[in-house]
Amino acid sequence: MIHQYKNNGYNIVLDTASGSIHAVDEVAYDIISMYESKTTEEIVTTILDKYQDQPDVTKEEILVCLEDIAYLKENGKLFTEDDYEDLANKYKFNSNVIKAMCLHVAHTCNLNCSYCFAAQGKYHESNVSCALMSFDVGKQAFDFLVANSGTRVNLEVDFFGGEPLMDWKVVKELVAYARTLEPIHNKKFRFTLTTNGVLIDDDVIEFANKEMHNVVLSLDGRKEVHDHLRKTISGGGSYDLIVPKFKKFVEARNGQGYYMRGTFTHNNVDFTKDIFHMADLGFTELSMEPVVCDPADPYALTEEDMPKLFEQYEILAKEMIRRKKAGNGFTFYHYTIDLSNGPCVYKRITGCGSGTEYMAVTPWGELFPCHQFVGDNAYSLGNIWDGVKNTAAQEEFRSCNAYARKECKECWARLYCSGGCAANAYHATGNINGIYEYGCELFKKRIECAIMMKVADET
Amino acid sequence: MQRIKTMETRDLKKSVIVGGCGECQTSCQSACKTSCGVANQPCENTQK
Repeated sequence: MIHQYKNNGYNIVLDTASGSIHAVDEVAYDIISMYESKTTEEIVTTILDKYQDQPDVTKEEILVCLEDIAYLKENGKLFTEDDYEDLANKYKFNSNVIKAMCLHVAHTCNLNCSYCFAAQGKYHESNVSCALMSFDVGKQAFDFLVANSGTRVNLEVDFFGGEPLMDWKVVKELVAYARTLEPIHNKKFRFTLTTNGVLIDDDVIEFANKEMHNVVLSLDGRKEVHDHLRKTISGGGSYDLIVPKFKKFVEARNGQGYYMRGTFTHNNVDFTKDIFHMADLGFTELSMEPVVCDPADPYALTEEDMPKLFEQYEILAKEMIRRKKAGNGFTFYHYTIDLSNGPCVYKRITGCGSGTEYMAVTPWGELFPCHQFVGDNAYSLGNIWDGVKNTAAQEEFRSCNAYARKECKECWARLYCSGGCAANAYHATGNINGIYEYGCELFKKRIECAIMMKVADET
Repeated sequence: MQRIKTMETRDLKKSVIVGGCGECQTSCQSACKTSCGVANQPCENTQK
């Protein structure tokens, strides 16, 4: 399978199964589009007719281009057959390793953001006002992770919430405990802290900059956009409270190992203005995600928003190219793509790993497939003392991969998304093997833009 | 090739042989938390 598209003046051809990417001129673009369905004679006639005003487009030229295409095909760079499906099933069903954990240290929050998928930290437990993880529960979670991690060396733990800084003392104690496990078990922990910033102080900055591989700082962009949905408990905006703290935090990290992470909604479909605002504040590692919510919510993205969002992603890519050339570039999480040292095919076909190699742990030690399933009793997998007991649910997640859905098998982007987010599929269709079409469309647009930027870099 | 420029990319077919160590980052763990993308994560296989 190939995928052809035009973006920012570039003609791009992707070969799905090999991962090859070709930047081509108009003539080659048209020839490739006909290569598998037309005869040589038909292609020559069509091209000569279409480009009759261009003297350099001769029959000989077209035949040379056809030879080049044949060479690329013979060498596995065009029209490559995808025979990975069996591999996806075997690889995942042969592994019981857990390598990453989202540790919900605090099911409570000091902000009251309207769109929070975690329901202001309470998840589905509306009758639970506050739950903090104890050191003993956290310690057991680390022991559980190490015991189930097999020979994997790199283990990841995200301190998540709610707001994890509301249980900061325990976070620090758990990091110290985890460090003692590393030499004993030949493990290397990489910690992430995801925070709204309200409780950032010098102690947080110093400790996090020493111990956290990555920090994710929640900021939606422009003050009026951020304050509209990210409110304090008393109903005021939180922008002025957190931006100075974020600046100090990032500066102390030397601008490394962090993401400013925003959410855009129907209220700010022009979300590139929010990204540029963050860049203008001096932040360079940026992420902006479409809101995940009930379609009935007033801020939910609509079908009418989709073409506008596509345009926004193109604006973003062009502006990033411009700023890079001007010497004030920034990175956007979804446009960061590693073509030569990117993931192997196993990573690309086996899904996100939720429920199998990745799990979320609640403050009381209950296991869920990922943070987005927390509180959904149907997907309670077990707990950190007894392990996974709901094997039926886990097997459902084990079957998630890049080939689990008919639509994915026919999609050019399957090796970039690995079948997509199970939680999004579940919330959109009621089935983790459903298709969240809206998310798919946005994802494909982002990948097209990301690859275009690579092409622009090298041509 | 005059009309086709091929970018330098990892050959996914070849990665069937040397890949699968599992040491790379979990897809959702870095920044997004609400979508799945795998192409932006570097390979961490030191034996390839």
